[in-house]
Amino acid sequence: MLIQNGIPTAEDLMKVMPSEERLRRGPAAIAECFQCIPCNPCAKACPFGAITVEPDINQTPVIDYDKCVGCRQCVAACPGLAIFVVDLTYKEDMASVTLPFEFLPVPEKGMLAMGLSRAGEELGWFEVIQVKQGRGHNLTWMITLAVPKDLAMDVRNIKVGGYRHA
Amino acid sequence: MIREIEIFVIGGGPAGLSAALAAASTGAHVLLCERDEEPGGQLVKQTHKFFGSEKQYAGERGIFIAKKLAEEAYQQENIEILTEATVLGIYEDGIVTVLKDGKHLKFHPRKIIVSTGAAEKFLAFPNNDLPGIYGAGAVQTLMNVSGIKPAERVVMVGAGNIGLIVSYQLLQAGVEVACVVEAAPRIGGYLVHASKLARAGVPIKTGWTVKEAYGNGKLEGVILVQLDENWAPIPGTEVDVPCDTLCLAVGLTPLSDLLFQADCHMEYVRELSGSVPVTDENLMTSVEGIYACGDVSGIEEASSAMVEGRLAGFAAAASLGYDVERASREVASARAELDELRSGPMGARIRAGLEKVNEKRGEATC
Repeated sequence: MLIQNGIPTAEDLMKVMPSEERLRRGPAAIAECFQCIPCNPCAKACPFGAITVEPDINQTPVIDYDKCVGCRQCVAACPGLAIFVVDLTYKEDMASVTLPFEFLPVPEKGMLAMGLSRAGEELGWFEVIQVKQGRGHNLTWMITLAVPKDLAMDVRNIKVGGYRHA
Repeated sequence: MIREIEIFVIGGGPAGLSAALAAASTGAHVLLCERDEEPGGQLVKQTHKFFGSEKQYAGERGIFIAKKLAEEAYQQENIEILTEATVLGIYEDGIVTVLKDGKHLKFHPRKIIVSTGAAEKFLAFPNNDLPGIYGAGAVQTLMNVSGIKPAERVVMVGAGNIGLIVSYQLLQAGVEVACVVEAAPRIGGYLVHASKLARAGVPIKTGWTVKEAYGNGKLEGVILVQLDENWAPIPGTEVDVPCDTLCLAVGLTPLSDLLFQADCHMEYVRELSGSVPVTDENLMTSVEGIYACGDVSGIEEASSAMVEGRLAGFAAAASLGYDVERASREVASARAELDELRSGPMGARIRAGLEKVNEKRGEATC
């Protein structure tokens, strides 16, 4: 259970997942933020006004999936590194997952990285298709992986180091 | 020689720097005394991004907030900063004494703002004096201030925000974290911090504690034991975890000695993690002209420490007649910010603690 080991349950995740219909339309941000803590940089970071933390900053974010275009601005902005962008339309059989990353070395685009689950379990080697760093003092890297569609909701981290060339 | 001072700020952490900047912005003159080589307090080792809202620099990393506040303070003509200067006492005639460069300096401030912060708590278990057993704060300083890899394999005790954050920073420094052990049945810190560790493969063991440490001349491992619902060890659940370092992140307690010495009305409030001064809505203690802000008045987040500092700084300046109208507005807006920061479920403990302090306010000191 999340409160005991930090691993969100399927039930926790259901509350923050966009609908399947929405996911078929293109990339979407998913805020895996389940606890009411005083925090709202995600809402400030969204250029489309898709994320709201209302009526006060102690609420968890709500994403309006009609406004969210999956632009990834919120991924590096979230202080809790809890926002991911999933694109089920990346390729016919592949999805892309963008995750926040704050370790060295950082993999390069085109390399393979070991994807990890929310519990840190190894899920397989996936191609790194984009690497970007948050601007200014932000410094958080955003790593985008190409993963099989059935793992798009499971891959949430990569193992540090040991990256392979594809 | 006794130097006359308008506002004397003791401690240059987030609360003290914010207090000094607020007070100086009204035109008041401030002397800020910092025990360390540089102001910044605990912010100087906080490499993670802060929570809160924009007004409390949310999204910014602590190290950059420290830099920004310190730079502003150094640039502000009304602020004089004494570093490597330890305040020794606040005496009944209002004299504050300071040890600086081996000299005993004396000051006579009109207002004093105490922002001395907190100290780490320790934990009692057999062999807890073995080299390799640290407070988590010390390990964080070694890593993030001195750039020293502090360990190879760590067991972290405490799943509050400090334990979770320092564990993550240990991973960033290339140190293996064997596990995080928490005696309580639930994680006390922010769950997003816990999830970062979980997806890096670090187990968080709630309902476990350290039974004993062992090692020949230095730490070689710890025996962990599971606790039942009454926090009693369950025999037979012991596990042996080899490690070269054990970090204790079992809470902080207000560093309130100076306030005791100044004879401020103090109360032990469990929710605020120790003995705290009874303060009014301007954060003034029971002694006229002595204010307290930040962790010294109750253990909370750095975000609220900065807002408390701002509140105390403006209140102290206004009481000296500086820019009263604006200062009063700023005091009111700081109060509103604090209310918002504390209004969620994570603020319940602080709210309960502050309520106890308020109840004590009416009572006579003796």
